[in-house]
Amino acid sequence: MPASFDRRRFLQTSGAAALAVGVLPRAAIAADPLTIGIVYVGARDDFGWNQAHAVGVKALRELPNVKVVEEENVPETDAVSKTMESMINLDGAKLILPTSFGYWSPFVLDEAKANPDVQFRHAAPLWKEGDPKNSGSYFAFLDQAHYVDGVAAGLASKSGKLGFVAAKPIGIVLRNINSFLAGARTTNPNATVQVIFTGDWSLPVREAEATNALVDAGCDLITCHVDGPKVVIQTAESRGVKSCGHNADQSPLAPKGFVTGAEYKWGTIYTGFAGLIAKGQPLPNITFGGYDRDMVQNSPYGAGATEPARKAADAAIAKLRTGAPIFTTAIKDNNGKIVLANAPKDNYAEPLNNMDYLVEGVIGSTH
Amino acid sequence: MTAQLAIVLTAMLGGAIRVSTPFIFVALGETLTEKSGRINLGLEGTLVLGAMLGYATAYLTGSPWLGVLAGGGAGVLLGTLHGLLCSLPRVNDIAVGIAMMTLGTGLAFFFGKPFIQPEAPHLPSIPLADWTGDPALAVALRVNPLFFVGVAAALVMAWGFRNTRIGLVVRTTGDSAAAALAMGVSVNRVRTLATATGGFLAGIGGAFLSLYYPGSWNEGLSSGQGLMAVALVIFARWSPIRCVLAALLFGAAGAIGPALQSVGVTQGYYLFNAAPYILTLLVMVGSSGSKDALRAAPGELSITR
Repeated sequence: MPASFDRRRFLQTSGAAALAVGVLPRAAIAADPLTIGIVYVGARDDFGWNQAHAVGVKALRELPNVKVVEEENVPETDAVSKTMESMINLDGAKLILPTSFGYWSPFVLDEAKANPDVQFRHAAPLWKEGDPKNSGSYFAFLDQAHYVDGVAAGLASKSGKLGFVAAKPIGIVLRNINSFLAGARTTNPNATVQVIFTGDWSLPVREAEATNALVDAGCDLITCHVDGPKVVIQTAESRGVKSCGHNADQSPLAPKGFVTGAEYKWGTIYTGFAGLIAKGQPLPNITFGGYDRDMVQNSPYGAGATEPARKAADAAIAKLRTGAPIFTTAIKDNNGKIVLANAPKDNYAEPLNNMDYLVEGVIGSTH
Repeated sequence: MTAQLAIVLTAMLGGAIRVSTPFIFVALGETLTEKSGRINLGLEGTLVLGAMLGYATAYLTGSPWLGVLAGGGAGVLLGTLHGLLCSLPRVNDIAVGIAMMTLGTGLAFFFGKPFIQPEAPHLPSIPLADWTGDPALAVALRVNPLFFVGVAAALVMAWGFRNTRIGLVVRTTGDSAAAALAMGVSVNRVRTLATATGGFLAGIGGAFLSLYYPGSWNEGLSSGQGLMAVALVIFARWSPIRCVLAALLFGAAGAIGPALQSVGVTQGYYLFNAAPYILTLLVMVGSSGSKDALRAAPGELSITR
């Protein structure tokens, strides 16, 4: 890495020089808004993870005296360090929100150590005791919204055979699948969920193949957990089956078959952070929640959601808001092994955090 | 058991037809270029740029077929650039190809931003098996016209290489530049034209990706299909007909992973998802011993020379 010309340093010093000779107007220095920097790994309008964050940022922009700087398509390499430094040094950001999993170590950790007066909050449950105090994690339990998807799917599907296109068999994905089934079983005790793992986060051709394969196998409602659900939802619509979304609102993609979808509501967390900083209060190191803390939501019902499905989903949402648990009995995996002898005490109980199994009723395998 | 086998076979048939088309176009384009004596590794970039421009054009004009033309046009531009650069003395075609790959994907990502969200009109398909009343078979045999265009292009190319003067000129240029010069042929012009035409075909392959299957534009759309298609050319030993067969085989193998999971064979899907690559390796190892493999390679290619 040649340590040649530093654009940031240059702009900084030239900016300071400009100030010294009084070139900048007074107003540019007089106002003191809170500047928040957001870093995305992909495009802001990808119908997926990045769009969900961008929707949250929109809520942030509506706050008075908050300035937002954004950068898209920042790879999980030292490129993200440069982006964060530029936001801190050039734009004067006091809170940085890097939204991709791989930004955390070492990039966010290093920047947090180097900039102790800047707050860093990262969108994955990775912060632990011993990490810099000005860094932290925030995350929302999307499985609660997938559970609501399942409740509606159990009634919207005629066959009770539901399909799930998933990227990789890791904890958060398995948890969404299991909660989807748990929801479906509340409205159709015979519902099954058939899973196809594609092997990676963004493989459009294989996602389309997987959707076709599930429909061919008799599934009449498809949902997914991949980076950009657009292909899955469109393919399901073109095959004439119903669909549930993931991450952001996909209802415009499936005017005939869309039921509802699991969405993040990052706006709650983001405006919460801004409010704490405005009041001069410290930010928590770990922030998490689900329906009970208004951090997830479901997409507006589409034409695929039947009247009973809407009613049942509304009721499920009302219960989740009060903190009602998703898993109410012992948990058995789909090999017949009992993995949890007692129902977990709530939706954030420790044993749920490391799911490495698919529950009974899911057709699929974790390896 | 037989029912499950039927599902998997139907899925493989459908997958072969759906997935193979971009491979057919890119592989045919590369065959033409390599037959003239150059390698264009940049077709991955052409595929991505063709997909983006095809989608953008279809969205802005409302006509998917104009999108297909725009995708081909993007390929002609990138191909011509590659051809002209490689006509300069001591320029390595492989290095230029890698540069073109980066250029094509970079341009596509840069200009493609506003087109990730909108929905462009799709290319139509021809229902070949709706009369059977079997829904799975009907869907598997809903075939895009571009598939037939690709197959026809392969037949025309195979016939043209053998029976026309143009075919002879391209082959001579590819096998021996000295012989082509003696015939009074401008070697660089033939190769540039061959690369531009090859780019046209690859660009159409890209438009198929964004306008038919999977049918939307995003940055992960190709995920290396252009590179695999270039490898398929060696696999097909520079024969247009075998390019089509190789692409069909590759598409069918790619459908195995999802299809097996859909009938309940859920273990080991990482292995099944790798089936196309394993199959390609096996066939290549199996066929590399034969003398035909060497005889088919154009003599002027920088890898064989």
